[in-house]
Amino acid sequence: MRTSPLKLLQRCAMAAILSGASLLAAASDASGPAPAFTLTDLSGQSGGLSQYKGQVVMVNFWATWCGPCQQEMPLLDQMYKKYKPAGFTLIGVNVDKEAPPVKDLLARKPVSFPVLLDPTNAVSKAYHLDEMPSSVIIDRKGNIRYLHRGYRPGDENEYLDRIRQLIRE
Amino acid sequence: MRSMRAAYVLSGVLLLSACGGIQPWVKPYERDRLADPIMVWDRDATSTEYIDHVYESREGSRGGTGSAGGGCGCN
Amino acid sequence: MQMTRAHRLLVPLAVLAALLARTVGADVLPDDRADLFYSKYSGGGMDITGESVSARKKFTENFALDYSYFVDKVSGASVDVLSQASVIKDERKQNSVTATFVHDKTTYTLSFSNSIERDYVSNTPHASLSQDMFGDLTTITLGFGRTRDKVGENDGTAFVPNVVWLGHAESRSYELGLSQILTRNWITSLEFNVITDDGYLANPYRSIRYLDPTAAKGYSLGSQIYPDTRTSTAVELRTKYYLPYRAAASLSYRYYRDTWAVVGNTFEFDYTQPIKNLWILEGRFRYYQQTHASFYSDLFPYVAAQNYEARDKDLAASNNYTIGAKATYAFLPEGWKMFKRGTATLDISEIRFKYLDFRDIKDFNDTPAGGSYAPGDEPLYHFNAIIYQVYMSMFF
Repeated sequence: MRTSPLKLLQRCAMAAILSGASLLAAASDASGPAPAFTLTDLSGQSGGLSQYKGQVVMVNFWATWCGPCQQEMPLLDQMYKKYKPAGFTLIGVNVDKEAPPVKDLLARKPVSFPVLLDPTNAVSKAYHLDEMPSSVIIDRKGNIRYLHRGYRPGDENEYLDRIRQLIRE
Repeated sequence: MRSMRAAYVLSGVLLLSACGGIQPWVKPYERDRLADPIMVWDRDATSTEYIDHVYESREGSRGGTGSAGGGCGCN
Repeated sequence: MQMTRAHRLLVPLAVLAALLARTVGADVLPDDRADLFYSKYSGGGMDITGESVSARKKFTENFALDYSYFVDKVSGASVDVLSQASVIKDERKQNSVTATFVHDKTTYTLSFSNSIERDYVSNTPHASLSQDMFGDLTTITLGFGRTRDKVGENDGTAFVPNVVWLGHAESRSYELGLSQILTRNWITSLEFNVITDDGYLANPYRSIRYLDPTAAKGYSLGSQIYPDTRTSTAVELRTKYYLPYRAAASLSYRYYRDTWAVVGNTFEFDYTQPIKNLWILEGRFRYYQQTHASFYSDLFPYVAAQNYEARDKDLAASNNYTIGAKATYAFLPEGWKMFKRGTATLDISEIRFKYLDFRDIKDFNDTPAGGSYAPGDEPLYHFNAIIYQVYMSMFF
């Protein structure tokens, strides 16, 4: 029996939606030791994950051309200032290929947390970055405990919950 | 209508094969150029709509214009 | 409005195809924006001005509304105006609303467009769904639009109108789009669009002509007879490439064919060159060519020679090419108060139309006895049109 084009279209749509409706949940519990890294910041100073051993660390991957990244920055800054005394630190890993736009952006909208540059994307690859922005929360022992992909308003509450949980450990 | 059916089947096959072993070869941190405003298909929708109307009302062809996709791929 | 009669059905579809273009890929809604737009078309004896105001606003990060209002004012007398002595003056008003909703990797749009002029009313609802997949490299889009039109004819003059309603026309558009990111610099898309029309599809202001030895001119005018259905398929392939020194070049090709035997080929090349954060310059070249409809003829041998007869130049064998240039200047590159950016744009195009089997009988319709052209020997029609577009866009 010949399938009408409309029926075929409907079936295709279903296949498309099912295969594409990414079974990547926005947030997931991840595991394993966090890959170590050393990068430089805008002033040329070295910085890395090992400096913060013993603290709860959130690594946020962002770029100047990513809208949702810009949206979450002020909220991340607030979170950093609030929980830093409790043993929390936030590292912003920027994935832009060039430094000048990063410098410009941070000059206009400064943040207090350290920003390290990953222009070769070595760290992005090591963390299997598959969404922009992405935030990885690492516990005091240096293990990845939580991976959050993307950013939508309200996600900062999830971050706070996880961070508080890990601080208490 | 046969050409339409071929189109549907082709896209269906392409999509289903995408679930297979091939990994996305442009990483999310490599989307900087595609996110540049000059890489948008139609930057000014009012102008595009207007000029499409100028052509469609003077030519015998219609349709087939308009694309989505690209951009930063965020979220 | 005579000029655009036969394709009035398509105005809303063109609107909606462009609105589809407003759903800019990925899952991030574009910035809020307001535009003030003015355009002027001059050519073929016609002067058409277009004015528009449009705005787009996000109400949450997932939901945005788009509204646009368009007014076209036509005046002039085209080559098709044979039996009316007066100048055409008409106005078309169009309102469109689009709602866009994003959830995860899916974008839904729902829109409605209404267009009104004295002798033509058109309503078009449209829905589409766009899905990002495969690491956001692939976007598939499905769309469906339906247009219902009421077609009339102004029996009076431009200044003392008398509109007689002739019938309805309905159109359904099915769209399937596939967009694929090929490399870090390169994106390509393929779109299929099937449109089926039903009802009163002719332009009431056009007439056919047929050889008539008894007439002074050697021919007489008669009524067009159109089929009451039409189905068309269009396939468009577009590709855009980012050049390393920061510029973009794009190429597109569209193949069109329909059940009226019109086959159309469209080629377009675009080049975009930004200069720092202040200017965006764009150059454009387009070439279009079509074959005539099966029931089209410039001159029929006698009245009612065929079941269907048309002499609308939109259905004639023709070609046209366009050269255009556009310059956008950011007068507010870094924003001011609540505005993120403000730009002003000037866009100028010239289109040269050439008809291969439509003759200019308006300017060359002296009687054969006067020593001018025999019917069917009049020069083929051609004309140039210049289009100016000026608009200001505020982003916030």
